[in-house]
Amino acid sequence: MSVSSPTAAVGSFTQAAFDAHLAKVSHLPAWWLDRKRAAYERFAVAPMPKRTNEGWRFSNLAALTLDGFNPAPAACPFAQMDHHELGVTGAGHLVFANNRLVASQPLAAEAAKQGIIFDTLQNALLKHGDLVRAHLLTQPSKLGSDKFAALHEAFLEDGAFIHVPKGVTAPLPVGVFHYACGDGTAVFPHTLVIAEDNAKITVADFFRTGSGASPAPRAFACGGNDLYAGHGASVTYVAMQDWSRETLSFQFNATLARRDARVLSLNLHAGARQARHESFSQLAAPGAHSEMLALTVAHGTQEFDQRTLQIHQAPNTSSNLLYKNALLDQAKTIFSGLIVVDADAQKTDAYQSNRNLMLSDDAEAHSLPGLEIQANDVRCTHGATSARIDREQEFYLESRGIKPAQAQELLVFGFFEEVLGKIEHQELHDTLTDIIREKFRA
Amino acid sequence: MSQLEIKDLHISIGEKSIVKGFNLTIKPGEVHAIMGPNGTGKSTLAKAIAGHPDYTITSGDVLLDGQSVLAMEPDERARTGLFLAFQYPSEIPGVSIANFLRAAVQARMAEGEELDATAYYKRLYTKMDMLKIDRKFTARAVNDGFSGGEKKRCEILQMAMLEPKIALMDETDSGLDIDALRIVAEGVNAIRAGAQPPGILLITHYQRLLDYIVPDFVHVMYAGRIVKSGDKHLALELEAKGYDWVKKEFAAATAS
Repeated sequence: MSVSSPTAAVGSFTQAAFDAHLAKVSHLPAWWLDRKRAAYERFAVAPMPKRTNEGWRFSNLAALTLDGFNPAPAACPFAQMDHHELGVTGAGHLVFANNRLVASQPLAAEAAKQGIIFDTLQNALLKHGDLVRAHLLTQPSKLGSDKFAALHEAFLEDGAFIHVPKGVTAPLPVGVFHYACGDGTAVFPHTLVIAEDNAKITVADFFRTGSGASPAPRAFACGGNDLYAGHGASVTYVAMQDWSRETLSFQFNATLARRDARVLSLNLHAGARQARHESFSQLAAPGAHSEMLALTVAHGTQEFDQRTLQIHQAPNTSSNLLYKNALLDQAKTIFSGLIVVDADAQKTDAYQSNRNLMLSDDAEAHSLPGLEIQANDVRCTHGATSARIDREQEFYLESRGIKPAQAQELLVFGFFEEVLGKIEHQELHDTLTDIIREKFRA
Repeated sequence: MSQLEIKDLHISIGEKSIVKGFNLTIKPGEVHAIMGPNGTGKSTLAKAIAGHPDYTITSGDVLLDGQSVLAMEPDERARTGLFLAFQYPSEIPGVSIANFLRAAVQARMAEGEELDATAYYKRLYTKMDMLKIDRKFTARAVNDGFSGGEKKRCEILQMAMLEPKIALMDETDSGLDIDALRIVAEGVNAIRAGAQPPGILLITHYQRLLDYIVPDFVHVMYAGRIVKSGDKHLALELEAKGYDWVKKEFAAATAS
């Protein structure tokens, strides 16, 4: 009875493609394969987003095609990739290309001895099935992309699994690299971070195109991360989205913070033609805190679409969202954020702010901040601003002999530092700063 | 040695003419104080010479070492040797003083030349010691949350680091208590005592500053030009008598 054409609804991700994918992962636990089948069903029947969907307001729906992608890209040898390290000496890393592990550096002996697990999701599914089952993709998709989130679950082949046992502090950050190589490639990266009670870890995710080939390869990236912080745990998660400028990108984040836990996530957005990022933080028990940060450098005709949800479910929880965008050329950003405070989440302290730095008259920034408060004793603030570079600040720098282009760069970094400065690990902070500097000059 | 010549300078903001025929030559190492009532064009003069985009120079010329600076962008003027110490320095959140000054020093180096970081910090710390500025200061964002005194000391630190040929100091004393004023003045005097002291145009409202930074010349500016010049005694006379007599003299002179 369906009226929409089946190819429009699933594009390249046909039943046959899904069956071929399932055959590749048939060695994984049955419960996971069942979940994938159910996810594929949800994906296939869900309609594409429509103009009337509030969750897609201002988004370029015309460019959201699922056609013309390769759901089973060929393997990509590590030697052919233009790989950059995390910049943290001795840190463990996993490198995935076209959904498969191509290189890795195990954790230092000290970290391994403490029982920290840093492995592929496939290995974790086989060896730590219960842990994965309890935390992988268990949060509902609430921000509009249920169809694409289902596609992610259906085609998710491999990713990173990080588990930090109770009371253990990981001595160094770990790095996870996801590459997409070749034209039309579809990738489904995932990073699952589980920090048990009073554990502490920093994880950095990098999303890149395998080589600086020109013209930029077309790709489809549909990734996610789950961040779980148990009682008193602390998770710092940094993601650098730097896909090719011809990529359609989706990223879904689900954060769950238990009693007195603290999660900081910082998403840097630089790549893709059109990138949608959905971030969902659940403050599930008293004292939980979530710091939701993002920086975007938007060039050309790039579109960055950011949708966020902060749900306060318990008293004395706090969240702080700060999304900063620098827009050049004809770039477009959309920020839509909602803070929800449940009736019994008294003494909630929630903050939400979107700041746009307009570096071009032709760029476009949309802000849709929102609050939904059921408790009566809370402090919630939100705000959005769009401003150009301050002329007096620019003149001040230039009056010291600094050339206009460099003055602008300094001011943009000054604008970003409020966010970058929250990364306490100095080497990681410097790596991120260098990447953004390079992006800004690109 | 460097000199600044300001020749029959006329400056407008929008349609409004502010500076009307200003003439002055500052020779190397000389300190010229410009005094005068509010709204007479003192700050306009300093900002326009530095190249602020809000001000239009409608006629006249400004020459540094015989070369006109008017066709230059603000950053070029600075690299040529002009320095403006701002009355209200901008706050620049997120940009540390160390990075900011390094960018300014680097801008003066040849393309491809690498900054010697060790030598840079050594020089920076020497100048900070001279100005009695705590070294922790370098990690702070430029002027962000600074007190009035800290902002002005930061201006003098920049002047000491960039070693301009000509410094235009716009109401450097405003907003300072007497202790802060003394520290700032000591810094300026230390720069004056250097091997190649800059020529200084010192704009002030009050004679008080001139007790600490003793000028070679004092000029009274009124209605957009210099109406009276003298030595440091002129400042004391102005302090005692106010500006009314200058205004009257000017009215009589222009009426005749």
